[in-house]
Amino acid sequence: MPRVVVDVMLKPEILDPQGQAVANALPRLGVSDVASVRIGRRIEIEFTGEPDLDRAREIADKLLANPVIEDFTVRLVEADETAGARS
Amino acid sequence: MTARVGVVTFPGSLDDGDAARAVRVAGAEPVRLWHGDPALHGVDAVVLPGGFSYGDYLRCGAIARFAPVMETVVDAARGGLPVLGICNGFQILCEAHLLPGALTRNQHLHFRNRDQVLRIETVGTAWTNTFQPGQEVLIPVKNGEGCYVADAATLDQLEAEGRVVARYLGGNPNGSQRDIAAITNEAGNVVGIMPHPEHAVEELTGPSLDGLGFFTSVLKHLVGAPA
Repeated sequence: MPRVVVDVMLKPEILDPQGQAVANALPRLGVSDVASVRIGRRIEIEFTGEPDLDRAREIADKLLANPVIEDFTVRLVEADETAGARS
Repeated sequence: MTARVGVVTFPGSLDDGDAARAVRVAGAEPVRLWHGDPALHGVDAVVLPGGFSYGDYLRCGAIARFAPVMETVVDAARGGLPVLGICNGFQILCEAHLLPGALTRNQHLHFRNRDQVLRIETVGTAWTNTFQPGQEVLIPVKNGEGCYVADAATLDQLEAEGRVVARYLGGNPNGSQRDIAAITNEAGNVVGIMPHPEHAVEELTGPSLDGLGFFTSVLKHLVGAPA
């Protein structure tokens, strides 16, 4: 059964101190060609029936993302592309 | 008649005991409210205490906002019930859209725990009417996600309408925009504050007694409020 994947990212104008901390650690790995890192959240939703993108969008807007500081995208993926299938 | 001030306990609330104690020290009767019970049991005001409701999962306050008690609190707050959100309670009020903006990870990423000087900017709220305008108070701050953010238009509106309730003095502990430590809604009955007034109500345990003013303010407000 396909799942719905919701990606939540901080809006570009919101400072991401976690991403900055990661970016600042990269030179210690010998990585010097990364300009910036931003960290978001990926949520996989499995519906009991057919996946419903509109319903997922509603869930994302009400709960998964805070529209004041975050943007989100919603998409369908096949089950074998999801994290659960790989584990 | 003694005012009855409700203190909500969510799973993961930490400072509900201290908040109830502060209510008692101020001279009111604390009423413990439970997140799963939508009834407010006839309280005259509500405190949403600090802590880590629902483990801070997803975002701080995001899940608590949908607790059964919050539906009632949101409706009652829109009707004028005084509500004070402290720390996690402030985060819940923002998630519930009773207050604008959001609280995000401290800019320096460190948990900050210290006694903090604040300047009271607005005394026209249900929770700050016993302070003097511009009064400086000393209150503990302790948060990991206390950085207040909102878009520039919202910040300008808060400033223009006198809705910035308190600002950090002597160093901003978390990177909050415009040093904002507390804000209020348009009506002045809902206040969110990141530092912890309930930890500054007794000499034995607090750095000052300055926090008591928030709780005596709501009592004064209730006496003056129409029944």
